[in-house]
Amino acid sequence: MKTEVGYALSGEKLLQFFRKMLELRMFEEKVERLYREGKIAGPTHLYIGQEAVAVGVIEALDRDDIIISTYRGHGHGIARGVPMKAVLGEILGRAVGTCKGLGGSMHAPISVEKKILFATAIVGSGIPIAVGVALGFKNRNSRNIAVAFFGDGAVNTGAFHEALNLASVWSLPVLFVCENNLYAMTTAFSRVFAGESIASRASCYGIKAFRVNGNDVVEVYHRTLEATNHIREGGGPAFLECLTYRQKGHGGYDLGTWYRPREELDEWLARDPIELLFNRLKQDGLITEESRKIMEQEIAQELDKVADEVLNSPVADFASLQKYVYSSEA
Amino acid sequence: MSVRELTYVEALNEALKEEMRRDGSVVVFGEEVALSGGVYKVTKDLLKEFGPSRVMDTPISEIAIVGAAIGAALNGLRPVAEIMFFDFAGIAFDQIVTHASKIRFTSGGQLKLPLVIRTQYSLGRSYGSQHTQFFAASFLQAPGLKIVLPSTPYDAKGLLKSAIRDDDPVLFIESGALYVNKNYYGYKGAVPQEEYLIPLGKADVKRRGDDVTVVAVSRTVSEAIAASKTLEQEGINAEVVDLRTIQPMDYETVVQSVRKTNRLVIAEDSVKTGGISAEVAAYVAEYALDALEGPIIRVNSPPMPAPQSQPLEKQYMVSAEKIVDAVKKLVK
Repeated sequence: MKTEVGYALSGEKLLQFFRKMLELRMFEEKVERLYREGKIAGPTHLYIGQEAVAVGVIEALDRDDIIISTYRGHGHGIARGVPMKAVLGEILGRAVGTCKGLGGSMHAPISVEKKILFATAIVGSGIPIAVGVALGFKNRNSRNIAVAFFGDGAVNTGAFHEALNLASVWSLPVLFVCENNLYAMTTAFSRVFAGESIASRASCYGIKAFRVNGNDVVEVYHRTLEATNHIREGGGPAFLECLTYRQKGHGGYDLGTWYRPREELDEWLARDPIELLFNRLKQDGLITEESRKIMEQEIAQELDKVADEVLNSPVADFASLQKYVYSSEA
Repeated sequence: MSVRELTYVEALNEALKEEMRRDGSVVVFGEEVALSGGVYKVTKDLLKEFGPSRVMDTPISEIAIVGAAIGAALNGLRPVAEIMFFDFAGIAFDQIVTHASKIRFTSGGQLKLPLVIRTQYSLGRSYGSQHTQFFAASFLQAPGLKIVLPSTPYDAKGLLKSAIRDDDPVLFIESGALYVNKNYYGYKGAVPQEEYLIPLGKADVKRRGDDVTVVAVSRTVSEAIAASKTLEQEGINAEVVDLRTIQPMDYETVVQSVRKTNRLVIAEDSVKTGGISAEVAAYVAEYALDALEGPIIRVNSPPMPAPQSQPLEKQYMVSAEKIVDAVKKLVK
């Protein structure tokens, strides 16, 4: 498929994207079921509806680029290839979890191996941390970049503004990815945002910024490549505002009903990122209803197996926890 | 061993230079640290020697300064970030407490954070309520963070070098009074030419004595030393224990001293309620009550913000005289 920005994507690649997005979706549907069954304690922020952002951005990155994720980060972890068992293990507070159950859902994607070097539970706080990661790359003349994921809620924090300004002043290799899903908890974006757009705020700091259809994985992927090329060529930071939608509530406890009109939800469900790609692939003869079904069955089987293993696995020994406080105690 | 006299500021500056020469991953950034060499010259000449990729001025953005230090530490650097006044650490509280101190634990031990946040509290310089706060004790509630409070040039250098080499985040709180007030014991002192390190988490007996233990930290060590001289003239021998690091806290050295003297005065710059002295007193009461022959006396600032007016600030602060009075209540 040839697109306006000039990068070709093979059918094979597109099918890969589709499968990844399905994995993210079905993983979160599993998490939601486990939550409703009372098997998950604590906040559980689902990624459903935003899959095209995680997959589109992360597929365009290099293996050694470093990601700073957020409390809505399960999808970032799965998209980056962190094993489902480790992510689900973390969400369920088990020793097999990415963080041995010490972090929980809001820190579940953290993985040194996959270069997700933190996921913050405080809105906006990961953005300056990503700027520091970029400083590390610049300091050793690396071509790698730092990537900060955050939501529309973060753009009204001081951390956002301080971080963008510093990244631009120091011309650091960092990609800011704002997943504008239109809600900060139950508060609609339009009720708390002043100015033209999130992307325009980034432009104010002299940062190359794009507004992207965040439900179109192909567009996200291409814009990410355009942005990362700009960064890797020494152009300084870049910014993606991905327009998407949080199809579920803020956290597991929130059904997301009372504060948004039904028509709005329906409108966004009709623009579902997975169906959008599916229809495109179907038109191009790359996928059929049957082959999709087979894919879904495979993923469901794997998820059942993983969930079963995790649910039957132990939590960490409390007596072992002290050694994680200081490295000098390890 | 050849020894020279250095000021507190010079000793800190030397520590930074030595560690930057030793390890190319050490970088320094903060407000005014590069071009001007620091408001108090602690980072003097670093830019000249190490260049703009390792010594960087920042905007007035404390959240970004500490956040960037965290990110840099996650990605191969050993940043020394400066927060110009301890008061401004309040702006970066989230990054220091909710991030730096918890990243290792929260990641299940996957991540390490070799970073130093240098700052100074300016009590004793008439800077008023918003530039003199000393709330180091608040950070005791953030396990994962190490907290260092040097009281002399010798300690300042040896502790800063250790802090930079440490793989955990260190909040390194200097005393602005010791930067500038020549009358203080801790303003200037002997520092060997040869390299040395002081381990974090070890208190130091600054003066030996048998009659009473005076625990102090940072600026108040100078007051305690001055008090001990007055007391000596009256036949009272005070032992001055400098905590040096309050996280980890060297309770053992404190208890050892109290077991010898059976009397305890704690003098430090927090307001009395919930201060460092409260923690030390509670520990001794819990684990060494039998060693005490009298009440534990805390000498702190009263529970109010620091007044700006110089004579009023003087009355507000812990002084040698107040320590002498406290000791005399115990040693009759």
